[in-house]
Amino acid sequence: MDPTTGPLLGFYDYDLLVIGGGSGGLAAAKVAAGLRKKVLILDLMAPSARGIKRGLGGSSFNADSIRKYLQQTSLLGIAINDSQMYGWKFKEEVSHGWSDLVQAVQEQVKSSTVELKRELKSCGVIYLNAWGVIVGPHTVEVTETNGRKRCLTAETLLIATGDRPQYLGIPGDKEYCLTSEDLPSLHHPPGRTLVVGGSAEGLEWAGFLFGLGMSVTVMLQPDLLPGFDCKMAEKIENHMIVGGVNFLYHCSLTKVKQTEDVISAPPQHLSKGRLQVTVMYKDGQTKHEDFDTVCHLFFLFLQHYPHQDQQQPHIYICVAVVCRCCSLLEGKHAPATSVWSVSGCSAAKSMLHFSGCCSEPRFCAQQLLFNCCMFLCVRSTGRILVNERDQTNIDYIYAVGSVQHGHPATTGLSVHAGRLLARRLYGGESILCDYTNVPTVMLTPLEYAACGLTEEKANLTFGENSIEVYHSFYWPMEWTLPSRHKNSCYVKVICHIPEQERVVGLHIMGPNAGDVLQGFVTAMKCGLTKQQLDATVGIHPGSAQVLTSLNQTRRMTDALMLRGNC
Amino acid sequence: MAALVRSRHRWKRINCLQVFTRNLTGKYNYDLLVIGGGSGGLACSKEAAQLGQKVAVLDYVEPTAKGTKWGLGGTCVNVGCIPKKLMHQAALLGTAVKDAKKYGWQISGTVCHDWATMAEAVQNHVRSLNWGHRVQLQDKKVKYLNLKGSLVDEHTVRGVNKAGRETILTAKNIVIATGGRPKYPTTIPGAMEHGITSDDIFWLKKSPGKTLVVGASYVALECAGFLTGIGLDATVMVRSIALRGFDQQMAGLVTDYMEAYGTKFVWKSVPNRVDKLSSGALQVTWTDTQTGSQHKDTYDSVLWAVGRAPETKALGLDKLGVQLNKETGKIVVGADESTSVPNIYAFGDIGEGRPELTPTAIKAGKLLAHRLAGQSAELMNYDNVPTTVFTPLEYGCVGLSEEEAEKRHGKDGIEVYHAFYKPLEFTVAERDASQCYIKVICERGGNRKILGLHFTGPNAGEVTQGFSMGFQCGATYSHLLQTVGIHPTCGEEVVKINITKRSGLDATVTGC
Repeated sequence: MDPTTGPLLGFYDYDLLVIGGGSGGLAAAKVAAGLRKKVLILDLMAPSARGIKRGLGGSSFNADSIRKYLQQTSLLGIAINDSQMYGWKFKEEVSHGWSDLVQAVQEQVKSSTVELKRELKSCGVIYLNAWGVIVGPHTVEVTETNGRKRCLTAETLLIATGDRPQYLGIPGDKEYCLTSEDLPSLHHPPGRTLVVGGSAEGLEWAGFLFGLGMSVTVMLQPDLLPGFDCKMAEKIENHMIVGGVNFLYHCSLTKVKQTEDVISAPPQHLSKGRLQVTVMYKDGQTKHEDFDTVCHLFFLFLQHYPHQDQQQPHIYICVAVVCRCCSLLEGKHAPATSVWSVSGCSAAKSMLHFSGCCSEPRFCAQQLLFNCCMFLCVRSTGRILVNERDQTNIDYIYAVGSVQHGHPATTGLSVHAGRLLARRLYGGESILCDYTNVPTVMLTPLEYAACGLTEEKANLTFGENSIEVYHSFYWPMEWTLPSRHKNSCYVKVICHIPEQERVVGLHIMGPNAGDVLQGFVTAMKCGLTKQQLDATVGIHPGSAQVLTSLNQTRRMTDALMLRGNC
Repeated sequence: MAALVRSRHRWKRINCLQVFTRNLTGKYNYDLLVIGGGSGGLACSKEAAQLGQKVAVLDYVEPTAKGTKWGLGGTCVNVGCIPKKLMHQAALLGTAVKDAKKYGWQISGTVCHDWATMAEAVQNHVRSLNWGHRVQLQDKKVKYLNLKGSLVDEHTVRGVNKAGRETILTAKNIVIATGGRPKYPTTIPGAMEHGITSDDIFWLKKSPGKTLVVGASYVALECAGFLTGIGLDATVMVRSIALRGFDQQMAGLVTDYMEAYGTKFVWKSVPNRVDKLSSGALQVTWTDTQTGSQHKDTYDSVLWAVGRAPETKALGLDKLGVQLNKETGKIVVGADESTSVPNIYAFGDIGEGRPELTPTAIKAGKLLAHRLAGQSAELMNYDNVPTTVFTPLEYGCVGLSEEEAEKRHGKDGIEVYHAFYKPLEFTVAERDASQCYIKVICERGGNRKILGLHFTGPNAGEVTQGFSMGFQCGATYSHLLQTVGIHPTCGEEVVKINITKRSGLDATVTGC
């Protein structure tokens, strides 16, 4: 036994108890177990409204892999088209079989879940398919699927429950609408689809379905890619419009109803339209339209890059420390001493909003029922406030991943944060998770990857005069033979002039953008400057080399178009 | 001679005003003459013209033994990177079509490949690039001369056109960037008569059919790779080792993948002779150097990829006393690309010890133009040049190979982190990923500076580029550790690397 925790272990069942088997939780658990700690991980997802369950692994193992598979599917569709220009000959028209894809993807997800469980076992993490509710200090009530309840204690608790799709709250949403969790389990092709939400995931799904030959309409509700670089967002939207995806602006979905009985409609009649949606425009006009499938995806990346610069007036104390105050939830009152105050927020005010905050069934954080421990959450999102050590206001409770407030929600980041946390807790290291320069990738038809600041944020932070934006269109060589559009792929490098043009933001839109970006993220970590970008020899012939020869600045031209090539 | 002087005077008159306004001595026709219109030569001449110099570029393509010839742009555009990458893409698309079935795309019947369609598309693209280069030279006011240039003295070049007419040109500085051409073996009967090289393969109108590729350089492996990928029977004959100069563990993975992919390998063998049979097929006889036994097989094409030789013979360098390396025939150059004769510079593939890569030539050419125009003194940094081999499984690397790192720092002086990973897109497609591998070589002491980075897998070139940037910034292992991964990509596996070779642990990446 590790001598440092020797005496304490006597009091608790576990060293670390992780609630939520997502990427962040798993990473932390594995590292902790590797450092010879006793770790328990709890993971149970309530089925979605449609009854779709998912296995262990949280959003990374399920949603992210599925996203990648679907992107690959739509890219392969393009590849099939391209391949004819490259000399490949097909006997017949190529079509897509949805059910084959779903089956292949589900099998893959299942087998990776099995593999993951095996891996957890091999590194000594104990895994329980059970609910966890924090009921007392260091104590979690565990409810297994068969209803058996017991209390387990742990020295440290880690919340990594992530987030889940949210329903629209309109008539017909739960009955007829699908979320991103349901789509990959659909047994028939979605057909004519309305995607509600202009988030990254919304656009990704629109792209996937469009790539499989479906007719797709995207309703931007509330906005196009909030938090992303505006000019890049416009380019992504533009690329999709040119491709043939429809967009609806300034409107909202008010009602969804069924026009035909699902069971009686044979699959070949799918295109007839089974769902009638009512769309209300800003000016009050309403319109009815028919779709086969409505899916809404405006939840996940909504808080992608929260506007931290705006004063957040809504930091409320949802729950405060001190146990024995289960009355808080039921009686909605608590001894004033139990409330931890936060600057700018009076305890009284927080109490008023408490019920409002926690009654929103928005994020899993609430499902944990913090009815003994009071957490600092953000009213608008229900996410947990943490300090730079990923610690909540209760010393022994930590949170990582998208359940945290104010940090970008990407799987890579959750894994990174989870690992560093475990190393800090048990490995004697002190490296904090750096929440700036977090890379993110969007698997839209034209992949988009970014790291660091958006142009707007950079202008706001440093002032327009100390920012130089280098940009360029590029034409990937693979695109030349199929003569795809020349001015689609685009890179943008945002430099801070006073720091020898240090790169503070890097945006890439083009094939394999994520792969291209990764190395640059490391370089940014080392303080990459524009001069170093220029001094690097490119890899020919590749797309990434465009970043080594940027010389056009936004100042020089706002209408940059590629004329020549190579 | 009198005619020559007159012609020089005529030149001078025509350009007098221009020369005057450019504030030059007017002693020469040009400020800069570039011999060779390849990537490097074009970059150098365009850059110099941008800086206000009067520049001409001489480009002339000597047809190959098979009579193949091409336009402006040099090896990269015509018979190198560009057509190669496009044909590599054609092969990748073949794999994509196979994968697509697993992803639910319904493709009935057999899918076959038509060489002529691909070749025509590729050749048209290359022609459009040739044209693009011409236009760019015109735009940038660089005089393009379709002449074969040779040196007369340190300021004078003799140009000969297709018809054999001579032109004499003078310039303050002369830059040689003629690059190299593939070699034929000299001792193998039938090699030149019946064989082709990488200069021909991209311009074939008809499919090469069953092909024997002799050599195991990256050119050989890339050609054999795309030939296999488009469904042809391709065999690689290797004399000793594959990818000499590259990390040998990585080279092994590349060839293992190719073998699984369908490329045949004949190891440790040297060809003896090539005979044309009455059927038109080529019969190749070779000796297994290990057993000494003789073997025979017939092929439709034999592709020699046994190395490249510099294009120095016709330049008249010996008369001027430009120092050449006796073994390689390349020009001995200094750090500033200067040769042993003043005012004559050489860079690109023709420079001794220089990497034979387009981007280095472009960068070196631009920097040289700046120095010659007196705009800067910045020298080209030839260290840590990243490169990628576009074999069926791409291999990208930057920095030292493990062998080289061991030699420089000692076995105990380095720490090698490695990982076998599985790209997500391979899983549904049920493709074997046992050669997808990453290796990061770090100094063992100090702050564990990264010495070399090697990556095999899809999009290796794209992944490597960013990390080569990290080399510029002095990236260390802890920088890698502190980088947030981009999920789900292959690149993220590089920043997740944590198993050392020394530990002997299984390096297979599991889970997420």
